[in-house]
Amino acid sequence: MHKNQAMGLLFPNMGDGTLRELTEKRSVGSTPFGGRYRLIDFALSNMVNAGISKVGVITKKNYTSLMDHLGSGKSWDLSRKNEGLYYLPPHGSDDLYEGRISSLADIQVFLQNSKEDIVVLSDCYTVCNMDLDKMIRAHVLSGADVTLGFVRDTLHAATGQMMVWQDDDGRVTDIVFNQSETATGCFGVGLYVMNKAYLLQMVKDAVGRNLMHFERDVLQRHVRDIVVRGYEITEYTMVIRSPERYFAANMALLQPSVREALFMTGRPIYTKVRDCAPAKYGLHSDASDSLIGDGSTVNGTVRNSVIFRDVDIGRDAVVENCVVMQGATIGENTTLRYVITDKNVVVKNGRTLQGVESYPIYIEKGTIV
Amino acid sequence: MFRKQECVAMLLAGGQGSRLYALTRRIAKPAVPFGGKYRIIDFPLSNCVNSGIETVGVLTQYQPLELNDYIGSGQPWDLDRLDAGVHVLPPYQRHKGADWYKGTANAIYQNMDFIARYDPEYVLVLSGDHIYKMNYADMIEEHKQNGAACTVAVLEVEMSEASRFGILNTNPDGSIYEFEEKPAHPKSNLASMGIYVFNWKELRRYLEADEQDPHSANDFGKNVIPAMLKGGERMFTYRFDGYWKDVGTIESLWEANMDLLNPHVPLDLLDPNWRIYSRTAGLPPHYIAAGASVQNSMLSEGSNIAGKVDFSVIFSGVTVEEGAVIRDSILMPGTHVKRGACVQYAILAENTVIEENATVGERPEDCENLEDWGVAVIAENIRIGKGVRVPAKAMVEADLEGAE
Repeated sequence: MHKNQAMGLLFPNMGDGTLRELTEKRSVGSTPFGGRYRLIDFALSNMVNAGISKVGVITKKNYTSLMDHLGSGKSWDLSRKNEGLYYLPPHGSDDLYEGRISSLADIQVFLQNSKEDIVVLSDCYTVCNMDLDKMIRAHVLSGADVTLGFVRDTLHAATGQMMVWQDDDGRVTDIVFNQSETATGCFGVGLYVMNKAYLLQMVKDAVGRNLMHFERDVLQRHVRDIVVRGYEITEYTMVIRSPERYFAANMALLQPSVREALFMTGRPIYTKVRDCAPAKYGLHSDASDSLIGDGSTVNGTVRNSVIFRDVDIGRDAVVENCVVMQGATIGENTTLRYVITDKNVVVKNGRTLQGVESYPIYIEKGTIV
Repeated sequence: MFRKQECVAMLLAGGQGSRLYALTRRIAKPAVPFGGKYRIIDFPLSNCVNSGIETVGVLTQYQPLELNDYIGSGQPWDLDRLDAGVHVLPPYQRHKGADWYKGTANAIYQNMDFIARYDPEYVLVLSGDHIYKMNYADMIEEHKQNGAACTVAVLEVEMSEASRFGILNTNPDGSIYEFEEKPAHPKSNLASMGIYVFNWKELRRYLEADEQDPHSANDFGKNVIPAMLKGGERMFTYRFDGYWKDVGTIESLWEANMDLLNPHVPLDLLDPNWRIYSRTAGLPPHYIAAGASVQNSMLSEGSNIAGKVDFSVIFSGVTVEEGAVIRDSILMPGTHVKRGACVQYAILAENTVIEENATVGERPEDCENLEDWGVAVIAENIRIGKGVRVPAKAMVEADLEGAE
């Protein structure tokens, strides 16, 4: 019934500041992840797998790479005669949560002209393969004004992540933006389901009162006036709100149970097709406990690492505990430990780069070391 | 209204590929998986696109379901075009009756209406069972310069092997004076690659005449080419000197896969200027577990390797458990080799399961009589039970119960 009643809105720039250099020239959504994906693939695939066929992508800044990745939406089956993928124009402030209202205000006509009654809003910093359809159904069933997706996690204060408390009925009674050193509890992950009529009214009211911050000025301030219900995401979820978490999340993919929870659910995670040849292993290759993307050539040693597509690892190179993004050339006799190399990095023969687990070295896109 | 095309390609993909036995029980030869993530037909299709040919007719007949699904709209090859693109052309019923494709020439004859609507100057005829990278635009250019009615792509083969091929005997200027199918005493070593460029006007005339001949086998090599020679048409060879392999037999299919692992074989799949496109499953990168060993091999997406893999081609979604050994073998998509099993000199078709401690295939040096040696083949969806021993050269088309 509700299948075609929901549409999606993605906010790929939310949290741009939290990933430091990784998002200097790109959005959180277009940050490469897990050997062949971009972070937005998870939120977008969750929507598609829930039967959503209209998705608006709110592009704010640094969206060249995002548009290059998404293209017409074909890879997500969103290049459709009716509905499909829509790019929605830039808007104002780039603070963590600010701008959500103003960006929604900018697209009021787009929302009004959509035939769907329900809107799913999602940020792109969670890696999760969830049954979003179930959340939409829970929203319809409860009749809440806002259904808010949360996970139980332990997060560092620096992220300022929204913590929620619920009563026994699942109604959210309190919202606090985490300021303590580390906190364990229920964290909102920028995922909301609302009726479109409610969303439009809320945006209109907020704009009229000059309230710009959806989470702070609407949800937190009016938590007792409006019905906000929590929806616990019970599927395996990784919240990527710092470079350390980004690194750890890539490494987590080396565990079979994590890959199973993300990729073997019967709900595919779609991404752009690149037409690489299969990966090739040479006579002296020694790979273990690693994910290796297509189009790569391995002639050295790779351990405990995530290697993206089209990476060339030279003879006698040692790559350990690294995330090596697409198109890198790792020369002969090199040693890399706890290093994140962004796209198209070249490490010349004989170089050694060493970070530590809690602070991996980051090598910028296109750098020649 | 169809836009005029300079050249239309017709890809013969209807063959059963009976010499691939168990591998083509359910699929046509061009749909047979190849090279870790491709199917054979990806090579001619990608060559077309990379050569700037936008209209391709794919002639299907034998077991077309999987091939039709695979080609679909043609999107992976950029052949889902507005008024060109790829078209699957099965035999069909017409006003005066219905016919299966009687031969390669008859298959084209029955689809002359398809070609005619693009009003092309040239028709490129390809077969769907060869692995090679070739710029057809160069061949068409030479065809034009020679003012030929027909150009046949040829490859120099060893004189000792020439009697296995269709051989073209040529004048010093490259023009053809004779075609001999598998001659006992070859006069030249120029073997036909089964790639033809025809002027559409002449082709049409000869196909119509061929159809009127009740004694004709309606085959390009046997009938149309000799008829054109007899008719005094200008016919030339186009010499190709890259990698080309007919993968019509188990041995040649196995060899061609193994060639990909050989750095000295000039078939570069990584060349960004001549990509081979394919429809992919969209799986996560493959995972090599701690304790696994992978050398001299090709691996594709979604596979999980915990055992030992050497000199092998592993397709997508393959599982090799801890303690399993894979050597000199081809594991097609979805195969699962369990603990302690050993697969050597074998081809496992899609979704086969090799249970614990089973062995499939043998090394030639372990075979008492080399005459008995050959690549072992397990058909798709077959399960080889615990501890079962499948000998070299076996062709397994039914489940084998083990010691459970």
